[in-house]
Amino acid sequence: MKILVVDDERDVQQLFEQRFRREIRSGELQFSFAFSGEEALQFLASQPSEAVLILSDINMPGMSGLELLRHIRQNHPAPAPPTVLMLTAYGDQQTRDQAQTLGASGLITKPVDFTALKEKLQQLNPPSA
Amino acid sequence: MGLLMLLHLAFFRYNPAQRANRYFAFYAGCLSLGAVGFYYSSRLPFPTLGLSLSFVGVAFALVGLSGLWTVRALYALFGFRPGRLYRGLWIICPGLIAVSVLLLQSGEGFLAFLAAVLLATAEQLRLVFRALRERRRGARIIGVGFGVALLTLLLIVGLLLAGTPAPSWLNMLSFVLSFLPPALGISLFLAREFALDSQLLQVKLGEVERLSAQTIAQEQEKQALLESQNETLETQVRERTGELQRSLTDLRTTQAQLTQAEKLASLGELTAGIAHEIQNPLNFVNNFAELSVELLTELQEEQARPAAARDAGLEDELLADLTQNLTKIAHHGRRADSIVKGMLEHSRAGTGERVPTDAARLADEYLRLSYHGLRAKDKSFNADFAAEAAPGLPPVPAQAQELGRVLLNLFNNAFYAVQQRQKAQEPGYRPRVSVRTARSADGRRLEIRVQDNGTGMNEAVRQKIFQPFFTTKPTGEGTGLGLSLSFDIITKGHGGTLAVESIPGQGTTFVVGLPLA
Repeated sequence: MKILVVDDERDVQQLFEQRFRREIRSGELQFSFAFSGEEALQFLASQPSEAVLILSDINMPGMSGLELLRHIRQNHPAPAPPTVLMLTAYGDQQTRDQAQTLGASGLITKPVDFTALKEKLQQLNPPSA
Repeated sequence: MGLLMLLHLAFFRYNPAQRANRYFAFYAGCLSLGAVGFYYSSRLPFPTLGLSLSFVGVAFALVGLSGLWTVRALYALFGFRPGRLYRGLWIICPGLIAVSVLLLQSGEGFLAFLAAVLLATAEQLRLVFRALRERRRGARIIGVGFGVALLTLLLIVGLLLAGTPAPSWLNMLSFVLSFLPPALGISLFLAREFALDSQLLQVKLGEVERLSAQTIAQEQEKQALLESQNETLETQVRERTGELQRSLTDLRTTQAQLTQAEKLASLGELTAGIAHEIQNPLNFVNNFAELSVELLTELQEEQARPAAARDAGLEDELLADLTQNLTKIAHHGRRADSIVKGMLEHSRAGTGERVPTDAARLADEYLRLSYHGLRAKDKSFNADFAAEAAPGLPPVPAQAQELGRVLLNLFNNAFYAVQQRQKAQEPGYRPRVSVRTARSADGRRLEIRVQDNGTGMNEAVRQKIFQPFFTTKPTGEGTGLGLSLSFDIITKGHGGTLAVESIPGQGTTFVVGLPLA
């Protein structure tokens, strides 16, 4: 399963690569990184249907995660709309509702509980599949 | 008679209003001169008969004219207007007198003279009767004088008619009595008038003195009243001044407290931003620390395996990751540290010392702090924000924490404005706050332009925004001190400028100008 992580904090890349080192090594998960909403859109445009899951931060300078989500839902309806999980430090109901309305598949609060995230990813992408 | 003349001339001199005095003086003068003339006519040795006769003639004329002056005096005395009758007398009597003088030697001459005297006397009597009838002042005194004269004349006439030869003393007496009493009457009256006038004057003078004394007393009373009122006023002014002083002190205290409250409030806003800003590095520190433990465990597991089964490549990779993680932990630890330091600096009072400051970096930092502070309060809020800086900017002398406060305030306002506009749910609206730091056109100042595309403000609001306690925010949300403090910090603390441009419905730009030297 290919996952695109979008966050303005560059160290996120190293963090994810280490957290998921076993999954990456086993080829179970493949990670790509974008450091802004705009970059993420570029990636999606250049590699259509590459990513099946997008993990995006909401608070980013420039295009926010929610805007990115709106763009994805509007401009990338085919072939299969990738699953989008939103990451945010503000895990309140309002943000949750907003994300849901825009078509997010879930909301993960920061700091990220990687154990929980792994479980979620496994649900979405069962090893058997 | 001469004395009477002088007396009445004197009266007239002192009281020209009473013209009767003048006429009476003329009368007395004429009569006295005439009498003197008669007296001397028989005693002086005249060289010729003609001279003697003309001397007597003049005396006659004078005596005759005196009667007319008496008439004039009476007119004046009783306040009658001399009419045709009077003027007629002045024609007839002198005529008769002239005739009598010309015919001095004959008895007809004397009759003419007598006629003149009688005419004058008749007019005098007429006037006196009229005065008595009209109850004029002094009519009685004069009337008595005339009465005596009339009686005497009647007596003489009676004696003459009876043919009784009067003794010479009686002739003399009757002559005196026929002339003197009216004269004395008039004289007495005039003297009494004069005395009354002076008495009246005396009374009036007394009254004037009394009135002026009264006026002076009133004046003094007023003066005293004014002084006491002045004193009261001064006391009141002192009291009010004291009260004002007290309320001014109270106001200053309140203002100081409010300033402190504003500082605390801005610190509170900051804290939310700071919490978010610290959260990220802390997450990294925690994650990388946890990961490092995992890596070490894996490394130990690897090392525990038999030498043949060990994967040297994996061990190297694990060690490299460990090194990288520890570097990241150190990096994010320092990042959190600098944020805490910044927070402490903000809460500390400004030292007042200006040190070379990287204004562009400060603007960037506070823009983020402000955004996250607002986000912490309103989770639904979102906005674009960007910090730009012209290349090669020199450091500007500034009190960093104070300048930071100003920028934070401007950013907070900008985000508030875009948030308000966003609430209107305008289609296609993208809230945006940006800051651009660059040199001014003349190169002497550094300009920090804080721009938003928020609600903007109208002219009336724009003029008041730097006034203390002015706020457009709902009660309790803003103290109204932010911009006024900012203004003071920039203008007084830095010798700079804080300007604003705004278009309602389009946005606002604040420009902080700081002198570079």
